[in-house]
Amino acid sequence: MGEAARLARAVFLPLGTTETDDRPMIFSMQLLFEAVVFGILLGCFYAAVSIGLSLAFGLLDVPHVAHPAVLVLGAYCTYLLGSYGWDPIIAGLALMPLFFLFGVAMYRFYYETFEKRGTDAGVRGLAFFFGIAFIIEVGLILAFGVDQRLVEADYIGKSFTFGEMRVPLRMLLAFGIALALAAALTLYLSKTFTGRAIKAVAQDEGALRLMGADPVRIKQWAFGIATGVTALAGALLIIIGPVEPMTDRIYIGRTFCVVVLAGLGSMTGTLAAGLILGISESIVLMHFGASWAPAVAFGLLLVVLGIRPQGLFGR
Amino acid sequence: MSETLLRVAQVSKHFGGFSALSEVSIDIAQGERFGLIGPNGSGKTTLINCISGSLRNEGGTIVFDGHDISGLPAYRRTRLGIARSFQIPRPFSSMSVLENLLVPLEYVVHRGLRLGADIRAEAMQILQSMGLADKADTASNRLTQVELRKLELARAMAARPRLLISDEAMAGLSSTEVEEVLAILRKLNDSGITIIMIEHIMKAVMGFSQRVICLDAGRIICEGTPESIVKNPEVQKAYLGA
Amino acid sequence: MRRGVLRFEICAAAAVVLAGIISLSGANEYFFYAGYVVLQFVVLATAWNILGGYAGYVNFGTAAFFGIGAYTGVLLFKSLDAPLLVQMAAAAAVTGMLGFGTGLLTLRLRGIFYSIATVAVIFIAETLMMNWRYVGGATGLQLLRPSPMVPFETYTRMLFFVMAVLAVTAVSIARYIEISWIGRGLRALRDTEEAAECSGVPTLRLKLLACTVSGALMGLAGAPLPMYQSFLEPASSFSLNYSVVALAAAIIGGTANWLGPVLGAILLASMQQIVTVTISSEMNVLVVGVMLVVFVVAAPDGILGLIRKLRRPRAAGRSPP
Repeated sequence: MGEAARLARAVFLPLGTTETDDRPMIFSMQLLFEAVVFGILLGCFYAAVSIGLSLAFGLLDVPHVAHPAVLVLGAYCTYLLGSYGWDPIIAGLALMPLFFLFGVAMYRFYYETFEKRGTDAGVRGLAFFFGIAFIIEVGLILAFGVDQRLVEADYIGKSFTFGEMRVPLRMLLAFGIALALAAALTLYLSKTFTGRAIKAVAQDEGALRLMGADPVRIKQWAFGIATGVTALAGALLIIIGPVEPMTDRIYIGRTFCVVVLAGLGSMTGTLAAGLILGISESIVLMHFGASWAPAVAFGLLLVVLGIRPQGLFGR
Repeated sequence: MSETLLRVAQVSKHFGGFSALSEVSIDIAQGERFGLIGPNGSGKTTLINCISGSLRNEGGTIVFDGHDISGLPAYRRTRLGIARSFQIPRPFSSMSVLENLLVPLEYVVHRGLRLGADIRAEAMQILQSMGLADKADTASNRLTQVELRKLELARAMAARPRLLISDEAMAGLSSTEVEEVLAILRKLNDSGITIIMIEHIMKAVMGFSQRVICLDAGRIICEGTPESIVKNPEVQKAYLGA
Repeated sequence: MRRGVLRFEICAAAAVVLAGIISLSGANEYFFYAGYVVLQFVVLATAWNILGGYAGYVNFGTAAFFGIGAYTGVLLFKSLDAPLLVQMAAAAAVTGMLGFGTGLLTLRLRGIFYSIATVAVIFIAETLMMNWRYVGGATGLQLLRPSPMVPFETYTRMLFFVMAVLAVTAVSIARYIEISWIGRGLRALRDTEEAAECSGVPTLRLKLLACTVSGALMGLAGAPLPMYQSFLEPASSFSLNYSVVALAAAIIGGTANWLGPVLGAILLASMQQIVTVTISSEMNVLVVGVMLVVFVVAAPDGILGLIRKLRRPRAAGRSPP
């Protein structure tokens, strides 16, 4: 059985389990290669789950710390549909319009309550999203319990063999969909009219207003897209591995690491940053074991904040 | 000729690829009334930000009263004697008008002592000279535009500056209100404070200043007395387009 | 100084004396057990508010400072058999430095980066403690309490008194900061940082001061935890519950004044005891979360703000005290 599959399982262990790894450090080129390949697949997935945040926080400047909670919510909704026989990917796609509306409503509420009033908006906005994240998390615990949930499908459980390496099919699938999602969103933002309006509103809201466009409606639309995309990302999340309500906590680290490393406002950077995180996590996993994996994203985040807070491609 | 209070030498500032200031040099004498004009986006506020310390200049030096302040954070420059008002007023909105003045009084003038009653009396005096005394206990986020502008100046004054930079303090005011603010600035200058005025209202700037500089696209295009500036074709082109 | 200060100091001293009398009285042991938790949250909420309410920087990582305080205490106890007060002093030093460091790293950036960095500290700290065998690793450490100091009958009573003194101290520090020039500078930089700098306020230094004091107080609150539980493990010590309750207590109580976090902490901690026992601990977190969102949206000035509005319905132009 390949190291890759073992790594796959180990990476998604929820925080708090006590599996300490007592293996001696095995260093071999084969293992390193496998770790890198796995890291690329993983990294693309991380980019997909972060792209919604890149839009919401990076471009629109909303302190959306509830994003990982929405991601996990998407995963659980996929699970729910899965228990009725839905294929998870179909479920994810079906959830997108629903989550889009949810996102629009959330932004509208945020705007009316905080952004418009201005004073003290920073603290209150952060506290608001923090509260929402907690409500979602505890809501999920009350609805589904604390145990891990997973979905089943034809492509889950199979692996492809490339030479000596075994790559789980679901990882390849997630990689593919993530790439497609990232590409689609980037194209949307640069080619379509609304997409470019979104980028414009991020750069200069005043100018946009003068041109007759309503920045609030545009931001609302953008936030809806960010949330809709996250629904599909949530489906990918539960396809890749089991999910529990507290999964959102580790993903705060991963998503913010990717978004900050990419540089606020850079969608293409999100992919690069995701890859960097994925490969780093994968290598650390191989050398130091699963109990150190959660620290990689957060550690990398702190390093980026300290050394180069504008990220790789930031404005 | 009075000695130079502020020497800005070859100061530049870039934002990414955009050059906001290119090798700007200005000498300002002690007690002078100095005007700074230029179309929107010409770099006036950037220059002010570099002088006051809100931004760090790249290239060139800024010397104030003999000290090289190029590397100093803004609060240190204020303590040395540079004060500024903001184009869009930024009061401490959680505080009353009087309390707004306590901040510079406690952090610039009376550091280390902080005697309660005296400081409040001093703040009241400043408010009286600005005509804001009856609003002392009003929340600063409930003032009218002209009151906000006056508060900006009062707060800058509370720091007992030697150099006061007024950034478009009169924008959007009626002509009576403009006169009010001008009178305040003249009185301050009479008491020895050097004043740099950034303004779009030409009558105000030209009437007030002894010397004027015009900026365009980050460079000084003209320098001289108000009369010569007004007639200068470069200045007219900058404002009206070629 | 104004007469108001003397009145506060008398009340503070009276509170300490009262706590002492209670802890020597014949009250039910459970009272001290629960009372400790309430007082602990008073300290955490007050400490949070020094940075969150006064300066406007939202710390999500209260659990980190609290947990590290606990682990510092246990480390000193296990390695040097240090008495409680020494453990607490060491915890304050460590978490104070941690607060300073986190601030130094992120306070030049926007507020949200500080907040995310504090979450990072929780995870990193927890991961480190889980992998450190000496302090118990992931499974945790059992402790044998030493005997309580002379006047106290049980260790829990002694801890109750210690926490009461700490609570009074924390509130006094917060109040001093609030009414002094330091508090004014913090409020100025919270309102508009650039104008504060140009008014002579050394914004970075003040922010770092608030971070350090806040962090140190949180560590102080955590240091007696191992003794209180006779046990210490990473998962519960670094529980995000501490972060949520500290933040919610300050916001629900009211962030403008030192009294707000106290009220909020007493309310939430008491509720926690009741709801957790009668329904479930998850339901408690849900209630806290919902209350937080409701207050942030509808009553941003907290309970204190509501009281103020009821007292002076139409006070036009009155600025906050």
